[in-house]
Amino acid sequence: MLCQECKQKQATVHMTKIINHKKTESHLCEDCARSHEDFIQGPSFSLNDLIFGFMDMGHSQKASEKPVSSECGVCGMDYKRFKKMGRLGCGECYKFFENELGPVLGRIHGNTQHTGKVPKRGGSDLQIKRQITRLRGELKRAIELEAFEQAALLRDEIKELEKPQELQEGDANELDK
Amino acid sequence: MSWINETGPARDVVLSSRTRIARNVANIPFPSIMKPEHGEQVAQKIRSCFSSNTSLEEPRFNFMYMRDVPAVEQQILVERHLASQDLMENIKVSALLLDTKEKVTVMINEEDHIRMQCILPGLQLNQAWEVLSKVDDVIEEQVEYAFHEKLGYLTCCPTNVGTGLRSSVMMHLPALTMNKQMNVILQTISKIGLTARGIYGEGSEALGSIYQISNQITLGPSEDDIISNLTIACKQIIDKERFARKALYKTSGIQFDDAVWRSIGILQNARVLEIKEFMALISQIRLGVSLGLVSAFTLEKIDGLMTIGQPAGIVKKSGKSADASEIDIIRADVIRETMKEKILTKEG
Ligand SMILES: [Zn+2]
Ligand SMILES: [Zn+2]
Repeated sequence: MLCQECKQKQATVHMTKIINHKKTESHLCEDCARSHEDFIQGPSFSLNDLIFGFMDMGHSQKASEKPVSSECGVCGMDYKRFKKMGRLGCGECYKFFENELGPVLGRIHGNTQHTGKVPKRGGSDLQIKRQITRLRGELKRAIELEAFEQAALLRDEIKELEKPQELQEGDANELDK
Repeated sequence: MSWINETGPARDVVLSSRTRIARNVANIPFPSIMKPEHGEQVAQKIRSCFSSNTSLEEPRFNFMYMRDVPAVEQQILVERHLASQDLMENIKVSALLLDTKEKVTVMINEEDHIRMQCILPGLQLNQAWEVLSKVDDVIEEQVEYAFHEKLGYLTCCPTNVGTGLRSSVMMHLPALTMNKQMNVILQTISKIGLTARGIYGEGSEALGSIYQISNQITLGPSEDDIISNLTIACKQIIDKERFARKALYKTSGIQFDDAVWRSIGILQNARVLEIKEFMALISQIRLGVSLGLVSAFTLEKIDGLMTIGQPAGIVKKSGKSADASEIDIIRADVIRETMKEKILTKEG
Protein backbone atom coordinates (compact mmCIF):
# COMPACT_ATOMS: atom_id res chain seq x y z
CA MET A 1 0.00 0.00 0.00
CA LEU A 2 1.25 3.46 -0.87
CA CYS A 3 1.29 6.35 1.58
CA GLN A 4 -1.97 8.30 1.43
CA GLU A 5 -0.27 11.61 1.67
CA CYS A 6 2.81 11.65 -0.61
CA LYS A 7 1.55 8.68 -2.66
CA GLN A 8 5.21 7.74 -3.28
CA LYS A 9 6.62 5.79 -0.42
CA GLN A 10 5.35 2.56 1.11
CA ALA A 11 2.83 3.09 3.94
CA THR A 12 4.24 1.56 7.09
CA VAL A 13 2.35 3.49 9.76
CA HIS A 14 -1.31 2.63 10.18
CA MET A 15 -3.39 4.74 12.52
CA THR A 16 -6.99 4.31 13.54
CA LYS A 17 -8.66 7.19 15.29
CA ILE A 18 -12.11 7.65 16.70
CA ILE A 19 -13.20 11.23 16.43
CA ASN A 20 -16.72 12.08 17.49
CA HIS A 21 -17.44 8.37 17.30
CA LYS A 22 -16.46 8.26 13.65
CA LYS A 23 -13.67 5.89 12.78
CA THR A 24 -10.99 7.18 10.45
CA GLU A 25 -8.01 5.21 9.25
CA SER A 26 -4.83 6.60 7.81
CA HIS A 27 -1.98 4.80 6.15
CA LEU A 28 1.20 6.83 5.93
CA CYS A 29 4.89 6.45 5.30
CA GLU A 30 7.28 7.08 8.17
CA ASP A 31 8.13 10.62 6.99
CA CYS A 32 4.57 11.79 6.51
CA ALA A 33 3.51 10.22 9.79
CA ARG A 34 6.20 12.13 11.62
CA SER A 35 4.90 15.40 10.24
CA HIS A 36 1.59 14.62 11.89
CA GLU A 37 1.64 16.21 15.26
CA ASP A 38 0.14 13.43 17.30
CA PHE A 39 2.31 10.69 15.89
CA ILE A 40 4.75 11.39 18.63
CA GLN A 41 2.20 10.16 21.13
CA GLY A 42 2.25 6.81 19.39
CA PRO A 43 -0.39 5.13 17.28
CA SER A 44 -3.84 5.58 18.77
CA PHE A 45 -6.26 2.84 19.64
CA SER A 46 -9.97 3.14 19.88
CA LEU A 47 -11.38 3.72 23.32
CA ASN A 48 -13.22 0.42 23.16
CA ASP A 49 -10.03 -1.52 22.43
CA LEU A 50 -8.46 0.12 25.39
CA ILE A 51 -11.30 -0.76 27.71
CA PHE A 52 -11.42 -4.35 26.47
CA GLY A 53 -7.71 -4.66 26.94
CA PHE A 54 -8.05 -3.62 30.54
CA MET A 55 -10.98 -5.89 31.03
CA ASP A 56 -9.21 -8.90 29.72
CA MET A 57 -6.47 -8.33 32.23
CA GLY A 58 -8.97 -7.97 35.03
CA HIS A 59 -11.01 -10.84 33.84
CA SER A 60 -8.29 -13.42 33.43
CA GLN A 61 -7.64 -13.33 37.16
CA LYS A 62 -11.26 -13.67 38.12
CA ALA A 63 -12.57 -15.66 35.19
CA SER A 64 -13.61 -18.60 37.27
CA GLU A 65 -15.61 -16.60 39.78
CA LYS A 66 -18.65 -15.72 37.71
CA PRO A 67 -20.65 -18.05 35.49
CA VAL A 68 -20.73 -16.69 31.95
CA SER A 69 -24.51 -16.89 31.66
CA SER A 70 -25.37 -14.49 34.51
CA GLU A 71 -26.89 -11.09 33.66
CA CYS A 72 -27.61 -7.81 35.41
CA GLY A 73 -31.00 -7.95 37.13
CA VAL A 74 -32.12 -4.47 36.02
CA CYS A 75 -31.06 -4.24 32.37
CA GLY A 76 -30.21 -7.82 31.41
CA MET A 77 -26.63 -6.98 30.37
CA ASP A 78 -24.37 -10.05 30.36
CA TYR A 79 -20.59 -10.19 30.41
CA LYS A 80 -20.21 -11.05 26.74
CA ARG A 81 -22.29 -8.11 25.59
CA PHE A 82 -20.70 -5.78 28.12
CA LYS A 83 -17.28 -6.71 26.80
CA LYS A 84 -18.36 -6.22 23.21
CA MET A 85 -19.81 -2.76 23.87
CA GLY A 86 -17.29 -1.56 26.44
CA ARG A 87 -20.27 0.16 28.03
CA LEU A 88 -22.48 -0.53 30.98
CA GLY A 89 -26.22 -1.12 30.62
CA CYS A 90 -27.45 0.64 33.75
CA GLY A 91 -26.31 1.91 37.13
CA GLU A 92 -26.77 -1.50 38.72
CA CYS A 93 -24.24 -3.00 36.27
CA TYR A 94 -21.51 -1.27 38.25
CA LYS A 95 -22.33 -3.52 41.21
CA PHE A 96 -22.93 -6.53 39.04
CA PHE A 97 -19.62 -6.29 37.13
CA GLU A 98 -17.70 -4.98 40.12
CA ASN A 99 -14.89 -7.55 39.84
CA GLU A 100 -14.30 -6.94 36.16
CA LEU A 101 -14.60 -3.17 36.47
CA GLY A 102 -12.28 -2.64 39.42
CA PRO A 103 -9.01 -2.97 37.49
CA VAL A 104 -10.48 -1.14 34.47
CA LEU A 105 -11.37 1.92 36.51
CA GLY A 106 -8.04 1.85 38.30
CA ARG A 107 -6.21 1.91 35.00
CA ILE A 108 -8.38 4.55 33.35
CA HIS A 109 -8.52 6.97 36.23
CA GLY A 110 -5.69 5.93 38.55
CA ASN A 111 -8.29 6.12 41.31
CA THR A 112 -11.30 4.17 42.47
CA GLN A 113 -12.76 6.56 45.05
CA HIS A 114 -15.06 9.44 44.14
CA THR A 115 -14.42 12.58 46.18
CA GLY A 116 -16.53 15.12 44.29
CA LYS A 117 -20.13 16.29 44.38
CA VAL A 118 -22.73 14.13 46.06
CA PRO A 119 -26.46 14.28 45.32
CA LYS A 120 -28.41 15.82 48.19
CA ARG A 121 -31.08 13.21 47.88
CA GLY A 122 -29.77 9.83 49.05
CA GLY A 123 -26.29 11.31 49.15
CA SER A 124 -26.73 13.13 52.47
CA ASP A 125 -25.64 10.01 54.35
CA LEU A 126 -22.43 10.02 52.40
CA GLN A 127 -21.83 13.70 53.04
CA ILE A 128 -22.21 13.07 56.77
CA LYS A 129 -19.96 10.02 56.60
CA ARG A 130 -17.27 12.10 54.89
CA GLN A 131 -17.59 14.78 57.55
CA ILE A 132 -17.32 12.20 60.32
CA THR A 133 -14.20 10.73 58.75
CA ARG A 134 -12.68 14.18 58.59
CA LEU A 135 -13.58 14.97 62.22
CA ARG A 136 -12.21 11.61 63.42
CA GLY A 137 -8.92 12.55 61.80
CA GLU A 138 -8.93 15.86 63.63
CA LEU A 139 -9.85 14.11 66.87
CA LYS A 140 -6.90 11.76 66.54
CA ARG A 141 -4.55 14.67 65.96
CA ALA A 142 -6.02 16.59 68.90
CA ILE A 143 -5.42 13.61 71.19
CA GLU A 144 -1.87 13.22 69.93
CA LEU A 145 -1.27 16.90 70.66
CA GLU A 146 -2.95 16.42 74.07
CA ALA A 147 -5.46 19.15 73.23
CA PHE A 148 -8.12 17.44 75.30
CA GLU A 149 -10.57 20.32 75.43
CA GLN A 150 -10.67 20.45 71.65
CA ALA A 151 -10.88 16.68 71.50
CA ALA A 152 -13.95 16.72 73.73
CA LEU A 153 -15.61 19.26 71.44
CA LEU A 154 -14.82 17.15 68.39
CA ARG A 155 -16.16 14.02 70.08
CA ASP A 156 -19.46 15.81 70.78
CA GLU A 157 -19.63 17.01 67.22
CA ILE A 158 -19.11 13.49 65.89
CA LYS A 159 -21.77 12.09 68.23
CA GLU A 160 -24.18 14.76 67.07
CA LEU A 161 -23.54 13.87 63.43
CA GLU A 162 -23.97 10.15 64.02
CA LYS A 163 -27.41 10.64 65.60
CA PRO A 164 -29.42 12.34 62.84
CA GLN A 165 -27.97 9.99 60.28
CA GLU A 166 -29.76 7.04 61.89
CA LEU A 167 -32.94 9.11 62.04
CA GLN A 168 -32.69 9.92 58.35
CA GLU A 169 -32.24 6.29 57.46
CA GLY A 170 -35.42 5.59 59.42
CA ASP A 171 -37.21 8.31 57.47
CA ALA A 172 -36.05 6.89 54.17
CA ASN A 173 -37.37 3.47 55.14
CA GLU A 174 -40.71 5.03 56.00
CA LEU A 175 -40.88 6.56 52.53
CA ASP A 176 -40.09 3.26 50.85
CA LYS A 177 -43.21 1.75 52.39
CA MET B 1 -24.41 30.97 20.23
CA SER B 2 -24.00 33.85 22.56
CA TRP B 3 -20.44 33.28 23.77
CA ILE B 4 -19.14 34.16 20.33
CA ASN B 5 -20.33 37.76 20.59
CA GLU B 6 -18.97 38.30 24.05
CA THR B 7 -15.59 39.08 25.38
CA GLY B 8 -14.10 37.10 28.25
CA PRO B 9 -10.90 36.53 30.21
CA ALA B 10 -7.91 35.81 27.91
CA ARG B 11 -10.14 35.99 24.84
CA ASP B 12 -7.07 36.65 22.67
CA VAL B 13 -6.05 33.02 23.16
CA VAL B 14 -9.13 31.29 24.59
CA LEU B 15 -12.29 31.23 22.49
CA SER B 16 -14.48 29.48 25.00
CA SER B 17 -14.66 27.31 28.10
CA ARG B 18 -16.99 24.34 28.09
CA THR B 19 -18.00 22.19 31.01
CA ARG B 20 -20.12 19.09 30.66
CA ILE B 21 -21.55 16.70 33.24
CA ALA B 22 -23.07 13.28 32.70
CA ARG B 23 -25.92 11.97 34.85
CA ASN B 24 -28.25 9.00 34.72
CA VAL B 25 -31.61 8.22 36.26
CA ALA B 26 -31.51 5.37 38.77
CA ASN B 27 -33.00 2.00 37.82
CA ILE B 28 -33.59 2.78 34.15
CA PRO B 29 -31.33 1.18 31.51
CA PHE B 30 -28.93 3.58 29.77
CA PRO B 31 -29.99 4.96 26.34
CA SER B 32 -27.90 2.48 24.29
CA ILE B 33 -30.10 -0.43 25.39
CA MET B 34 -33.25 1.25 26.70
CA LYS B 35 -36.75 0.64 25.36
CA PRO B 36 -38.45 3.62 23.62
CA GLU B 37 -40.97 3.95 26.45
CA HIS B 38 -38.11 4.32 28.93
CA GLY B 39 -36.65 7.05 26.74
CA GLU B 40 -39.97 8.86 26.68
CA GLN B 41 -40.21 8.54 30.44
CA VAL B 42 -36.75 10.05 30.99
CA ALA B 43 -37.38 12.91 28.53
CA GLN B 44 -40.69 13.84 30.16
CA LYS B 45 -39.20 13.58 33.65
CA ILE B 46 -36.38 15.99 32.85
CA ARG B 47 -38.65 18.33 30.94
CA SER B 48 -41.03 18.61 33.89
CA CYS B 49 -38.16 19.50 36.26
CA PHE B 50 -37.86 22.81 34.43
CA SER B 51 -41.50 23.52 33.61
CA SER B 52 -42.30 23.36 37.32
CA ASN B 53 -39.08 24.91 38.56
CA THR B 54 -39.31 28.23 40.34
CA SER B 55 -36.05 28.21 42.29
CA LEU B 56 -33.82 28.94 39.32
CA GLU B 57 -34.32 32.22 37.46
CA GLU B 58 -31.71 31.50 34.82
CA PRO B 59 -31.29 29.76 32.47
CA ARG B 60 -34.69 29.52 30.76
CA PHE B 61 -34.98 26.46 28.55
CA ASN B 62 -36.85 25.52 25.39
CA PHE B 63 -37.57 21.82 25.07
CA MET B 64 -37.39 19.99 21.73
CA TYR B 65 -37.45 16.39 20.60
CA MET B 66 -34.67 15.84 18.09
CA ARG B 67 -37.06 13.97 15.79
CA ASP B 68 -38.93 17.28 15.33
CA VAL B 69 -35.80 19.25 14.36
CA PRO B 70 -34.90 19.40 10.61
CA ALA B 71 -31.62 17.72 9.62
CA VAL B 72 -29.85 20.97 8.68
CA GLU B 73 -30.75 22.54 12.03
CA GLN B 74 -29.47 19.42 13.78
CA GLN B 75 -26.09 19.81 12.08
CA ILE B 76 -25.93 23.47 13.05
CA LEU B 77 -26.53 22.56 16.69
CA VAL B 78 -23.63 20.11 16.37
CA GLU B 79 -21.28 22.59 14.68
CA ARG B 80 -22.05 25.18 17.33
CA HIS B 81 -21.25 22.62 20.02
CA LEU B 82 -24.76 22.97 21.44
CA ALA B 83 -25.50 19.31 20.82
CA SER B 84 -23.51 16.25 19.82
CA GLN B 85 -23.63 13.90 16.85
CA ASP B 86 -24.55 11.10 19.26
CA LEU B 87 -27.73 12.93 20.18
CA MET B 88 -28.76 12.94 16.52
CA GLU B 89 -28.02 9.26 16.19
CA ASN B 90 -30.48 8.42 18.98
CA ILE B 91 -33.21 10.34 17.22
CA LYS B 92 -36.20 8.24 18.30
CA VAL B 93 -35.88 9.18 21.95
CA SER B 94 -33.39 12.03 22.16
CA ALA B 95 -34.34 15.54 23.21
CA LEU B 96 -32.69 18.84 24.02
CA LEU B 97 -33.26 21.63 26.50
CA LEU B 98 -31.72 24.73 24.97
CA ASP B 99 -31.16 27.81 27.08
CA THR B 100 -32.67 30.91 25.47
CA LYS B 101 -29.23 32.51 25.72
CA GLU B 102 -27.57 29.42 24.17
CA LYS B 103 -25.09 29.05 27.01
CA VAL B 104 -26.51 25.98 28.70
CA THR B 105 -27.89 22.89 27.02
CA VAL B 106 -29.23 19.70 28.52
CA MET B 107 -29.05 16.74 26.15
CA ILE B 108 -31.48 13.97 26.98
CA ASN B 109 -30.88 10.33 25.99
CA GLU B 110 -27.50 10.84 24.40
CA GLU B 111 -24.92 8.29 25.58
CA ASP B 112 -26.19 8.95 29.10
CA HIS B 113 -29.72 9.93 30.12
CA ILE B 114 -28.54 13.45 30.87
CA ARG B 115 -25.58 15.36 29.49
CA MET B 116 -25.61 19.02 30.37
CA GLN B 117 -23.09 21.58 29.32
CA CYS B 118 -22.32 25.24 29.74
CA ILE B 119 -20.20 27.28 27.33
CA LEU B 120 -18.81 30.67 28.31
CA PRO B 121 -16.49 33.04 26.40
CA GLY B 122 -12.80 33.10 27.37
CA LEU B 123 -11.27 31.20 30.26
CA GLN B 124 -14.13 30.73 32.75
CA LEU B 125 -14.17 27.07 33.75
CA ASN B 126 -15.14 27.76 37.35
CA GLN B 127 -18.06 29.93 36.35
CA ALA B 128 -19.25 27.33 33.84
CA TRP B 129 -19.21 24.65 36.55
CA GLU B 130 -21.11 26.87 38.98
CA VAL B 131 -23.88 27.49 36.44
CA LEU B 132 -24.08 23.80 35.64
CA SER B 133 -24.09 22.64 39.24
CA LYS B 134 -27.21 24.74 39.89
CA VAL B 135 -28.98 23.22 36.88
CA ASP B 136 -27.92 19.82 38.20
CA ASP B 137 -29.47 20.66 41.60
CA VAL B 138 -32.81 21.53 39.96
CA ILE B 139 -32.98 18.15 38.23
CA GLU B 140 -31.85 16.36 41.35
CA GLU B 141 -34.74 17.83 43.35
CA GLN B 142 -37.10 15.61 41.36
CA VAL B 143 -34.98 12.83 39.91
CA GLU B 144 -33.07 10.10 41.70
CA TYR B 145 -29.67 9.76 40.05
CA ALA B 146 -27.71 6.55 39.55
CA PHE B 147 -25.04 7.15 42.18
CA HIS B 148 -22.58 4.88 43.96
CA GLU B 149 -20.98 5.80 47.25
CA LYS B 150 -17.53 4.83 46.10
CA LEU B 151 -17.74 5.38 42.33
CA GLY B 152 -19.80 8.57 42.30
CA TYR B 153 -22.17 9.33 39.41
CA LEU B 154 -22.61 6.21 37.29
CA THR B 155 -22.25 6.61 33.54
CA CYS B 156 -22.66 4.44 30.49
CA CYS B 157 -18.95 4.52 29.70
CA PRO B 158 -16.52 3.76 32.54
CA THR B 159 -14.30 6.64 31.35
CA ASN B 160 -16.87 9.18 32.63
CA VAL B 161 -17.76 7.67 36.00
CA GLY B 162 -17.17 9.63 39.23
CA THR B 163 -17.76 13.33 38.71
CA GLY B 164 -19.05 12.75 35.17
CA LEU B 165 -17.28 16.03 34.51
CA ARG B 166 -15.50 16.91 31.29
CA SER B 167 -14.14 20.43 31.14
CA SER B 168 -12.57 21.74 27.99
CA VAL B 169 -11.02 24.92 26.76
CA MET B 170 -10.99 25.94 23.10
CA MET B 171 -7.71 27.69 22.35
CA HIS B 172 -6.23 29.45 19.35
CA LEU B 173 -2.52 28.60 19.32
CA PRO B 174 -1.10 29.82 15.98
CA ALA B 175 2.29 30.99 17.25
CA LEU B 176 3.03 27.82 19.20
CA THR B 177 1.96 25.81 16.16
CA MET B 178 4.24 27.83 13.84
CA ASN B 179 7.11 27.37 16.29
CA LYS B 180 6.46 23.61 16.33
CA GLN B 181 6.08 23.69 20.10
CA MET B 182 2.73 21.92 20.14
CA ASN B 183 4.17 18.39 20.30
CA VAL B 184 6.01 19.14 23.50
CA ILE B 185 2.98 20.84 25.03
CA LEU B 186 0.67 17.99 24.12
CA GLN B 187 3.08 15.47 25.60
CA THR B 188 3.48 17.46 28.78
CA ILE B 189 -0.20 17.94 29.44
CA SER B 190 -0.91 14.26 28.86
CA LYS B 191 1.32 13.55 31.84
CA ILE B 192 -1.00 15.48 34.14
CA GLY B 193 -4.20 13.78 33.03
CA LEU B 194 -5.15 16.26 30.30
CA THR B 195 -5.67 15.67 26.62
CA ALA B 196 -5.68 17.91 23.55
CA ARG B 197 -6.93 17.62 20.01
CA GLY B 198 -7.71 19.79 17.02
CA ILE B 199 -11.35 20.89 16.95
CA TYR B 200 -11.88 21.45 13.27
CA GLY B 201 -10.71 19.01 10.66
CA GLU B 202 -10.23 15.26 10.79
CA GLY B 203 -7.47 13.18 12.27
CA SER B 204 -4.34 14.90 13.39
CA GLU B 205 -5.08 18.18 11.61
CA ALA B 206 -5.87 21.14 13.80
CA LEU B 207 -7.45 23.46 11.25
CA GLY B 208 -6.91 27.12 12.08
CA SER B 209 -4.60 26.11 14.96
CA ILE B 210 -7.68 25.67 17.14
CA TYR B 211 -7.18 23.12 19.91
CA GLN B 212 -9.39 21.73 22.59
CA ILE B 213 -7.77 20.85 25.90
CA SER B 214 -9.72 18.77 28.39
CA ASN B 215 -9.43 16.63 31.49
CA GLN B 216 -9.21 12.89 30.95
CA ILE B 217 -9.76 11.63 34.48
CA THR B 218 -13.21 11.87 36.04
CA LEU B 219 -12.93 9.55 39.05
CA GLY B 220 -10.83 10.50 42.07
CA PRO B 221 -10.20 14.24 41.96
CA SER B 222 -13.14 16.49 42.90
CA GLU B 223 -14.74 18.88 40.41
CA ASP B 224 -12.74 21.76 41.89
CA ASP B 225 -9.49 19.78 41.58
CA ILE B 226 -10.20 18.92 37.95
CA ILE B 227 -11.08 22.50 37.07
CA SER B 228 -8.15 24.12 38.83
CA ASN B 229 -5.71 21.62 37.30
CA LEU B 230 -6.99 22.45 33.83
CA THR B 231 -7.12 26.19 34.49
CA ILE B 232 -3.52 26.26 35.69
CA ALA B 233 -2.32 24.34 32.62
CA CYS B 234 -4.28 26.67 30.32
CA LYS B 235 -2.85 29.77 31.96
CA GLN B 236 0.65 28.50 31.28
CA ILE B 237 -0.18 27.75 27.66
CA ILE B 238 -1.74 31.23 27.33
CA ASP B 239 1.48 32.84 28.60
CA LYS B 240 3.59 30.78 26.20
CA GLU B 241 1.36 31.59 23.25
CA ARG B 242 1.33 35.33 24.01
CA PHE B 243 5.09 35.35 24.35
CA ALA B 244 5.52 33.46 21.08
CA ARG B 245 3.12 35.84 19.28
CA LYS B 246 5.09 38.89 20.34
CA ALA B 247 8.40 37.28 19.45
CA LEU B 248 7.03 36.27 16.06
CA TYR B 249 5.83 39.79 15.37
CA LYS B 250 9.10 41.32 16.48
CA THR B 251 11.23 39.06 14.27
CA SER B 252 9.02 39.09 11.17
CA GLY B 253 7.94 42.76 11.24
CA ILE B 254 6.49 43.90 7.93
CA GLN B 255 6.31 40.30 6.65
CA PHE B 256 3.96 39.56 9.50
CA ASP B 257 1.75 42.57 8.70
CA ASP B 258 1.81 41.58 5.07
CA ALA B 259 0.62 38.04 5.80
CA VAL B 260 -2.29 39.33 7.90
CA TRP B 261 -3.44 41.91 5.33
CA ARG B 262 -3.06 39.47 2.45
CA SER B 263 -5.31 37.05 4.33
CA ILE B 264 -7.92 39.78 4.69
CA GLY B 265 -7.56 40.55 1.00
CA ILE B 266 -8.15 36.95 -0.01
CA LEU B 267 -11.23 36.55 2.18
CA GLN B 268 -12.64 39.79 0.75
CA ASN B 269 -12.08 38.75 -2.86
CA ALA B 270 -11.95 34.98 -3.22
CA ARG B 271 -14.55 33.23 -5.36
CA VAL B 272 -13.73 29.70 -4.14
CA LEU B 273 -12.76 28.99 -0.55
CA GLU B 274 -11.84 25.52 0.60
CA ILE B 275 -12.30 24.90 4.34
CA LYS B 276 -8.58 24.23 4.91
CA GLU B 277 -7.53 27.50 3.29
CA PHE B 278 -10.36 29.41 4.93
CA MET B 279 -9.33 28.26 8.39
CA ALA B 280 -5.67 29.08 7.76
CA LEU B 281 -6.59 32.62 6.67
CA ILE B 282 -8.96 33.14 9.60
CA SER B 283 -6.20 32.00 11.95
CA GLN B 284 -3.74 34.46 10.43
CA ILE B 285 -6.21 37.35 10.74
CA ARG B 286 -7.15 36.41 14.30
CA LEU B 287 -3.47 36.49 15.20
CA GLY B 288 -3.18 39.95 13.66
CA VAL B 289 -6.27 41.23 15.49
CA SER B 290 -4.97 39.89 18.81
CA LEU B 291 -1.78 41.93 18.32
CA GLY B 292 -3.74 45.08 17.51
CA LEU B 293 -2.68 45.23 13.85
CA VAL B 294 -6.22 45.32 12.48
CA SER B 295 -8.77 47.65 13.98
CA ALA B 296 -11.58 46.91 11.53
CA PHE B 297 -12.36 43.57 13.22
CA THR B 298 -12.80 42.40 16.78
CA LEU B 299 -11.85 38.92 17.98
CA GLU B 300 -15.55 38.23 18.50
CA LYS B 301 -16.33 39.08 14.86
CA ILE B 302 -13.52 36.88 13.60
CA ASP B 303 -14.75 33.98 15.73
CA GLY B 304 -18.23 34.57 14.37
CA LEU B 305 -16.86 34.47 10.83
CA MET B 306 -15.12 31.21 11.60
CA THR B 307 -18.41 29.65 12.71
CA ILE B 308 -20.32 30.95 9.69
CA GLY B 309 -17.74 29.35 7.39
CA GLN B 310 -18.20 25.81 8.73
CA PRO B 311 -19.94 23.40 6.32
CA ALA B 312 -23.41 23.17 7.96
CA GLY B 313 -23.54 26.92 8.45
CA ILE B 314 -22.85 27.39 4.74
CA VAL B 315 -25.49 24.86 3.72
CA LYS B 316 -28.03 26.71 5.85
CA LYS B 317 -27.10 30.07 4.30
CA SER B 318 -27.42 28.64 0.82
CA GLY B 319 -30.83 27.22 1.68
CA LYS B 320 -30.27 24.00 -0.26
CA SER B 321 -28.20 20.88 -0.01
CA ALA B 322 -24.98 21.66 -1.81
CA ASP B 323 -22.16 19.30 -2.77
CA ALA B 324 -18.56 19.86 -1.72
CA SER B 325 -17.44 22.00 -4.67
CA GLU B 326 -20.55 24.20 -4.45
CA ILE B 327 -19.97 24.65 -0.73
CA ASP B 328 -16.54 26.17 -1.41
CA ILE B 329 -18.12 28.70 -3.79
CA ILE B 330 -20.96 29.55 -1.41
CA ARG B 331 -18.46 29.89 1.43
CA ALA B 332 -16.48 32.44 -0.58
CA ASP B 333 -19.69 34.39 -1.34
CA VAL B 334 -20.93 34.36 2.24
CA ILE B 335 -17.57 35.38 3.69
CA ARG B 336 -17.12 38.17 1.12
CA GLU B 337 -20.53 39.60 1.94
CA THR B 338 -20.04 39.30 5.71
CA MET B 339 -16.63 40.98 5.56
CA LYS B 340 -18.06 43.83 3.50
CA GLU B 341 -20.82 44.45 6.06
CA LYS B 342 -18.35 44.44 8.88
CA ILE B 343 -15.93 46.87 7.33
CA LEU B 344 -18.79 49.19 6.39
CA THR B 345 -20.36 49.20 9.85
CA LYS B 346 -16.99 49.92 11.34
CA GLU B 347 -16.12 52.81 9.08
CA GLY B 348 -19.62 54.09 8.40
ZN1 LIG C 1 4.34 9.70 2.57
ZN1 LIG D 1 -27.47 -3.28 34.30
